[in-house]
Order: sequence, then structure tokens, then C-alpha cells
Amino acid sequence: MNDVRLLVLSLGAALAGGVSAAHAFTAYVSNEKGNTITVIDTDKFQPIRTIKVGQRPRGIELTKDGKFVLVAVGDDDTIQMIDTATGEIAGTLPSGADPEFFAQDPTGKILYVANENDNIVTIIDIDKRARLGDVQVGVEPEGIGISPDGKILVNTSETTNMAHFIDTATHQIVANVLVDARPRFAAFKRDGSELWVSSEVGGTVSVIDPVKHEVTGKITFAVPGMRAEAIQPVGIAIAKDGKTGFVALGPANRVAVVNGVTHQVEKYLLVGQRVWHMAFTPDEKYLLTTNGLTNDVSVIDVAAQKVIKTIQVGELPWGVAIADR
Amino acid sequence: MRSLIAAGIVLALTAPAPAQAPSEIAIGYLHRAEHKPALSLIEVPAANDGIAGAALAIDDDNTTGRFLNQHFTLATVELKAQDDPAAAAETLAQRGIALVIADLPADALLKLADAERARGLLIFNAGATDDRLREEDCRANVIHVAPTRSMLADGLAQYLVWKRWSRWLLVAGSHPDDKLFADALRRAAGRFGAKIVEERTFEDTGGARRTDSGIVQVQRQMPLFTQQAPAYDVLVAADESGVFAAYLPYRTWDARPVAGSAGLVPASWDPSHDQWGAVQMQNRFIKLFSRRMSALDMQAWTAGRMIGESASRTRAVEAKTMLDFLKGPDFALAAFKGQKLTLRDWNLQLRQPILLGDGRTVVSVSPQEGFQHQVSELDTLGVDRPETKCRLK
Repeated sequence: MNDVRLLVLSLGAALAGGVSAAHAFTAYVSNEKGNTITVIDTDKFQPIRTIKVGQRPRGIELTKDGKFVLVAVGDDDTIQMIDTATGEIAGTLPSGADPEFFAQDPTGKILYVANENDNIVTIIDIDKRARLGDVQVGVEPEGIGISPDGKILVNTSETTNMAHFIDTATHQIVANVLVDARPRFAAFKRDGSELWVSSEVGGTVSVIDPVKHEVTGKITFAVPGMRAEAIQPVGIAIAKDGKTGFVALGPANRVAVVNGVTHQVEKYLLVGQRVWHMAFTPDEKYLLTTNGLTNDVSVIDVAAQKVIKTIQVGELPWGVAIADR
Repeated sequence: MRSLIAAGIVLALTAPAPAQAPSEIAIGYLHRAEHKPALSLIEVPAANDGIAGAALAIDDDNTTGRFLNQHFTLATVELKAQDDPAAAAETLAQRGIALVIADLPADALLKLADAERARGLLIFNAGATDDRLREEDCRANVIHVAPTRSMLADGLAQYLVWKRWSRWLLVAGSHPDDKLFADALRRAAGRFGAKIVEERTFEDTGGARRTDSGIVQVQRQMPLFTQQAPAYDVLVAADESGVFAAYLPYRTWDARPVAGSAGLVPASWDPSHDQWGAVQMQNRFIKLFSRRMSALDMQAWTAGRMIGESASRTRAVEAKTMLDFLKGPDFALAAFKGQKLTLRDWNLQLRQPILLGDGRTVVSVSPQEGFQHQVSELDTLGVDRPETKCRLK
């Protein structure tokens, strides 16, 4: 039955997109315990391949040219580059110790990596596969966000409880903003007007004005029948138009749909257990979530705000990145 | 919320080049010179047990402090058995120290709290697990970071009951602290529906913890001591004095697991704990001190981080402001336990999950699923508000 429904959906998508196979994208899911990447065809929403990688893969992204999947393998102290054409590991990047999370600048030339053990953010030239330098930040740097113009890098430090604003030209910290406990993820709106930072232990998402460096609002969550401690926001995905944001709530097993203007939660979508991170398909029709404890990925229909499918992946799925092809 | 926004503005303005001298936050650490003896060599505490945890917290606080122009220091004072803790605090006070992390026995802690109350000294109890310090003997200037015996016993009991090991053979040592832990275990059995089928006391007849051929005797003694018990599921031992419990596993007459002071042990931390980002903390610790982190280290770290957290949120260095913040609704500490730690405002006890370790791994973390509470599931551990005898003064 799911297949029939999906067929209808994919037809609809193809027609709406005006291009054949409009959403035949490829999703890559890092499985933290399985030491693998599950490759998913988003046309059929089925796994098509499993790639073995190093120890404890978490942060995952595609290079801007689409040639490589970058995956942080923390227990091997490196970032592996998977060739998207062959599915083979083609090289590594000098990430520093225990990389978990990273982000690229808008040109796709520079990679910023949070190194939790050393309280630094490492700056890497992706083409040269060389380390350019580092920035001293707070205790246990984690989340990394880049402003749309690439001028500001934001890093969150989990024990210091700050969002550090770093000038990407000078590598100097220009501001520090306190947020609630254990900030894990930082995401800019596409127009650069807002920065959202999730606090896993604090249970909130701070909305920050990136120019004034102030917290201008807080997104709070309440799921009926769910104890407050279980609501632990981690991953954030904001739609391109900035009107809707999705926040993964960890052990609350839900993704909150947040109004991007009022910052009020409009809906909670039940997904798998311990939902970590999310990624939109490039057409923003679907949002994929990684559900750590149930070893699966939920597919959310963005327009309908509904979970339409669950895909089994490897052990403890953590991160997800989706390629344009 | 408003104060956070304000803090954000101030930070943005001052962050690039803090020209003025940093605010100094001086913290004292008071502890006894002698440690309790242990049967197992690997359980003999390190000389800097606890102090190392506090030192790491100071490191972490200073990393944060660089961005806020705050600087933290730690002054350690070691007390001999005959030394007066109040006199030591006096010395600290002369050095401008109003915040003290204490690893002291209950009576010494009370003496310190009462002597220094007028001066506004704020004490963080990192070592004493006595319930009475949070109940009839509670003090308005003592924050309890260490869990209580009843929290530890409840954390263990919830797991044993979940495991359906509900018939307990309780064996308690003959020292006062052993008896207090046995009291807590008895209370826990009653609360969570376990049954103590029989109680036995292991008399401490003195003697050395370590001998060259002691193991031969132990192998004979322990089966004899535990024989002819009524049918039971688990032997629960209360031996804070380290006299016998470590000798129980694999030596009981019946083939039964051991819990409490040996076997499955409840604690605030475990050297093997690696969940919820704990491995980063463990890495930082081992890099600095070349050993694993103990429960006392974690309690001292937590105390140091509570001070750091108050300082960064309130931008104040005064003990009074810190206490008000820690008691209030805005305080929440991330301490690698899977959820935020907060303070019970009625007796200043830190709410915290309890880890159950078997010496190699963390077997489980309590509260267990299904033990509900209307305020916080962490309040299913220990003495709850309706039962408290504490009247803070």
C-alpha cells in the first residue's frame, strides 16, 4: 500500500517539478554504531547500498560540487571523503582529534570542524586537504553554522553554553552569546536574518539576531504526557523561505514544526526513537530524520506535515545528507 | 529570559577586547587528609580524589571565563582528624574566599556551616551522603551535590525491582555508616515493593584489609556466612566501611548476584561512563590526571561547574546571588547524565540520575522507566518534598 501511495506521490512530484525524476536524490545516512553509511534512493525511499567507513561516523555533508560525501569518523580522529561516483573512500581530511560535526563555507572550499577534546574549531582547505589553522573556543565545541554570506562562522560550545561568532576572514571571535544548557546545533535562516541554536539539556531553541548578537526569542516545547526532561532539541532544519522550521526533539521521539515568523510550535510529528538530525531533499518536498534508537529514518512530507514512510538503516543512525542526483 | 538578553548585549559589547581586570572568583576546597580503607586495591582512592574533579571544573570555568572576563581559582586545604574545619574556613575567608567545596564528614560539615553562616560562606557538599544533612540537619548555606544514601538506594532498588529481583538478603556491616546505608536500602525496599527476606550483620572484628594469604580464609568464610538463607533473588550489601562486601560476589552459598556496596553499585558517576557526551569529559580528565574519574571527582566537578554556571549567567561573584540563582527556575546543569540537573529548592539537594556500575561498565541508569512523578522523575529518588523534615534557616 505504501508503494502505491509513493508511486502517486512521485508522479505528483515529477509533474510539479516539470523535470523527469525531479526528486531522484540520494541520501547518505551515517550509522554511529554500525560504522557504515546507508545510501538511500529518495525516489523509492529504499536503501540501495551500505558503505563501510571508520569508527563512529556522525557529522556528514556533501561537498558543494557533489563529488564527495564527507563523514566525521570521531574515533579514528579524521574526516573521510567518499567518492559519490564509486562509493569508495577516496581520502581523508586532517580534522584534528575526535571530529563530530563540521560545516563548509558557501564556496565549498573551506571546512570548519568542531574538535571537542581540544576546545578548538579546526579550519581546513578541502581541495588541498590541509589544515589552515584553528580558533580557540569554549568547552566542548559542537554545533557549526555558517552565515549565508560566509562571513560569520558560529560555533556552539556544550559546556560553556555559548554561541561563538567568528569572523571567517580574521578567524577572531567577535561575539559570544549565552544560550541554554548544552547547545548542539546552529542554523541560519537563508536570508541571514536569524540564527537558531538548539539547547539539548536546556530544552529550548534560542533565536538570535546575528547582527546585534542578542537572543531575541526562545522556542519552547511541550508535548502532552511527556516529561520536560525528555524534550531535548538537537537537529534544526529551516525551509529556504524561512517560514517553517523543523526541530528534532531527541528522546521525545518527535519533530516539532515551528512557525518561522512567530516561533510558535504548530505541530509535533511522531518519528522514530531518539531523533538526532534532519535534511531536506533539495526540492524541499521531503525531510528525512535519523532516529538513533530505532535504527531507522522517517520521511516527512513537508507540505502535508506528515510522516509518510520509515526506512530501516544501520545501527544508531545519526546524521543525514542528501545529494542533488 | 530578560537577563539572558541583557547578558547577550553586554557580551557582544565587551567580547572583542576586555581591557579591564577580570572578576576574580576564588573557591576553596576543604577535605580530610585520610581516606577510608578499601578491600580492593583498585578501589583505594587516589591522593587527589575529588580535588582533581574540582581542578577540572576550574579549568572548564576559566575557558568560559575568558569570554566573560571572569577568572576562577582553587585553594585546597587539607584537614587532619583533629583540625577544626571552622578555623580552616576562617583562613580561607581572610583570603576573600566565600565559596567552598567540601568533602567532609557530616559533623564537620555542620560545624563549618554554622560557624560561617554569619559571614555568608556558601558551602557545596561534594562528599557527604548523609540524609540528615538534607533533612533535620539541613542548612540554608549548604548545597548538596553528592547524592544521598536514600537516592543511591532508590536508584538501585528501582532497577532490582524492574529486573524482578524482589527478594533481598540484606547484609549490613557493624559501623554507623553501614547501618545508615542499610536503613536507606530498607526504605527503598518498602517504597518499590521489594521484600527483605532476612537481615544479617557482618561484625567488623578488626584486622588488616590486606594480608598475604587472606584469600584462602575468605573463600571459606563467605559461603559459610551466607548459607541457610531463605529463598532470595539478590544479596544486597551495606558496607560503606569496606570490611566485607567486596568479598561477596562469586562466594555466596547460593548462586546469587550481589548489589549495594559490591557487585552492582549505585553511584553518581562511574569511571567507565561514556554516554551522553561523557567520553569527552573522561578524555579531558585522563589527559590532565592520568587516571580515571571517580564519583567524588564528578561531585566536585559538578560543584565547580555550578559555581561557574552561576557566575556566567548572573555575571555576579557574590555567594548570595549565586545561591539565589541556583535555587531558582533558570538553573539547569548539563553533566553528561542524559538530562538536566536542577536543585530541590526545599533542601538544596541536586537532583541527579544514579548510575549502576558493575566495576567494568554502567549496567543501567535510574530513574527506571515507569517510575512516575508529577514534578520530575528524578524526585522518585530519595526523600521527596512531601516527606521532608527540612526547614531551611
